[in-house]
Amino acid sequence: MLAHRLVEVATSLRTHGLRVGTSEVADAGAVIQALGMDDRELLREGLASAFLRRAGQRDVFDQVFDIYFPAAVGARSGTPDARLDEASSPREAADVVRDMLMDALARGDKAELDRLAATALDQLGVVRPDDPEAGWSAAQALEQLAPQTAIVGALERARAMGADGDGQDDEGERGGGSGAAGQGQGAGSGGGATQRREQLTDRIERDEMRGRVAAFRRRVETEARRRNAEVRGSQRISRYAVQDALEKRDFLGPGGGELVAMRATIDPLARKLAARLTARQRQQSRGSIDIRKTLRRSMSTGGVPVDPAYARRRPHRPDLVLLCDVSGSVAGFSGFTMTLMQAISAQFNKIRVFAFVSTTDEITDLVKAARLEDDVISAVVRTRKVFGWGASSSYGQSLDSFVSTHLGAIGPRSTVLILGDARSNYGLPRLSALRQIRDQARHVAWLNPEPVASWGTGDSLALDYARVVDMHECRNIDQLRAFVSRMSV
Amino acid sequence: MSADHQPTFTSVEQARTTLADVGYLASSAIATTVFLADTLGKPLLVEGPAGVGKTELAKAVSRASGAELVRLQCYEGVDEARALYEWNHAKQLLRITAEREAAWDEVRSDIFAEEFLLARPLLKAVRSEKPVVLLVDELDKADEEMEGLLLEILSDFQVTVPELGTITARTQPFVVLTSNATRELSEALRRRCLFLHVDYPDPELEERIVRLQAPELSEALTTSVVRVVNALRDLNLRKAPSVAETVDWARTLIAMGAEELDPELVRSSLGVVLKHHDDISAATKNLDLDRALAG
Repeated sequence: MLAHRLVEVATSLRTHGLRVGTSEVADAGAVIQALGMDDRELLREGLASAFLRRAGQRDVFDQVFDIYFPAAVGARSGTPDARLDEASSPREAADVVRDMLMDALARGDKAELDRLAATALDQLGVVRPDDPEAGWSAAQALEQLAPQTAIVGALERARAMGADGDGQDDEGERGGGSGAAGQGQGAGSGGGATQRREQLTDRIERDEMRGRVAAFRRRVETEARRRNAEVRGSQRISRYAVQDALEKRDFLGPGGGELVAMRATIDPLARKLAARLTARQRQQSRGSIDIRKTLRRSMSTGGVPVDPAYARRRPHRPDLVLLCDVSGSVAGFSGFTMTLMQAISAQFNKIRVFAFVSTTDEITDLVKAARLEDDVISAVVRTRKVFGWGASSSYGQSLDSFVSTHLGAIGPRSTVLILGDARSNYGLPRLSALRQIRDQARHVAWLNPEPVASWGTGDSLALDYARVVDMHECRNIDQLRAFVSRMSV
Repeated sequence: MSADHQPTFTSVEQARTTLADVGYLASSAIATTVFLADTLGKPLLVEGPAGVGKTELAKAVSRASGAELVRLQCYEGVDEARALYEWNHAKQLLRITAEREAAWDEVRSDIFAEEFLLARPLLKAVRSEKPVVLLVDELDKADEEMEGLLLEILSDFQVTVPELGTITARTQPFVVLTSNATRELSEALRRRCLFLHVDYPDPELEERIVRLQAPELSEALTTSVVRVVNALRDLNLRKAPSVAETVDWARTLIAMGAEELDPELVRSSLGVVLKHHDDISAATKNLDLDRALAG
């Protein structure tokens, strides 16, 4: 029975892009034997160590685990809030839940957040109250609840609590630990200092709160999956409701732009790319023979070149130039692009990034200064000159403007990566500009998020451009990984 | 599997407390996986960012189980001779010179005896009489051939020396492989291991680590230090601060006699946490230190 369930888990993981073999299932069986089934969280960690083989797969595993090893059966029998009974409309219920959410967020109370996720789904997530078979919708519940609107309120409450809490803490400490010195300091400059410190941690608090809200959303989604699995059967849910592993997820598809999660997978790739750019130098350091030196050395052996001398390579510092389409049509992709750029720029000093929609502008400083969760794309669109004469993308104009103003960025050592779908709204392709870039650079590669089959259809200029530079289909991380590993710079 | 195997840990909880006793605070994921690797006798592949305590984990297991730690530090170009064994050529030559009078056959058979074998970490771990913890550190730095070499050891705990035959481990070593994922490890290798991804500890655990390593720091200050470090990790830095740096910072603050984490103090000691100038200026900007100082 249990063996059967493990096989189902393995099958489900496989359909979502993980490579799970028989040996993993056998390991999982041994894990269950060793751990027992009593502690669900231990079991989760244990099975993860048996089923998973790399870091980016954990998300998929957790979702599948929740379906096949549910935390509970049926709706939870938590203590329903009296205020909820009074609420008649969904909107009122949402207000009540949001209010409780603010409290729980402010306290960072995980158990309470767990309970609220169930409550939110109970109150707001029923698809059709009259039909129990219709199941539950996390999206519906989250839309009505809008947990992100609770952030500000939660922050205020946390601060109100923090002011009390901190005060008590400080007092306790001064009394107990640091003694008289603490007392004096506290009396004198205490007020001013706390006020300053609040400013320092303001920003941190906001980020923490955002993280908690994101975790709450995931809890609601997990809860919905679990209940739906009961109503409709685990197999079906595991097929449709679990998101694919990041590796297989289409950049342009829904949910393709989960950047922070993607970052973990992309980081090693960026390192690899950076390593490849420098590795080639090492490989070639013993490449060609220095004829003059060899002949001079061969004097002692009567002109027989016994001991060949190799030419010393001049140090080669490769640099990277990126041209990214940031228009709306490739939003998911360009978000991914930015993530990749940030990852690379952390590895790499010599990198210049340019963005375009219908004209090109440099954004290197923005990318370098950006934080992980910053929305670089909208900052670029807002503050940089990426629009020329039209609001729709024009590859021709963009390439032209790049060549006329920024061509100096490309030197004989530059590798140029162009990222975009080459859909140019029937504008002129201006192949000559691209040729100019190609001729000046050491290597040019184009990553296109569209499937090869649709290149050249409609307003796509992909085939025209592909004739000038190498174009690669790059729709998901798997393909990016393949590109990085065969890229010869 | 031919080698004896005596599990060190009896339960996950026991693994956690034993590790804590030797100064390693394990998250529940770490404790579970270590217990499993020990019980099932499987190698443990640990991945994660630099400075989260991957190597430290192997050391802690060795301390906790009283087993000797044998470490193979991988680097680009590490080869069989460095990892497995070498023949002690100098000694072999001496032997040949010393027996100049003897018959050729006798000398030849003699110079490939155990006496002339220089055991490198892998062979040492396999041959050891006592239980060992074998740490293969930063495997991703080594070339791919290295993985092939490891496969025999990982699945059967044996090593083949052509002149001597196959040597099988007497006690099965507890094997820990660490990797920073700069290179993809082969499927064959991954398949043989249990997998553990160690990330930065959650704030609560990190606070406990700091308290353990820098007990003099006040509770409130410990909390703020961990919070600020966590915020720094979310920035797009060239080198995100690791746990070691959090502890360093805590110790620095103790040395400076800090009472609370005000912006001036953060700015003057940020160099302990961040190792690049760019990172420091990015952090200063993002934490709004300047504005906080002016205000």
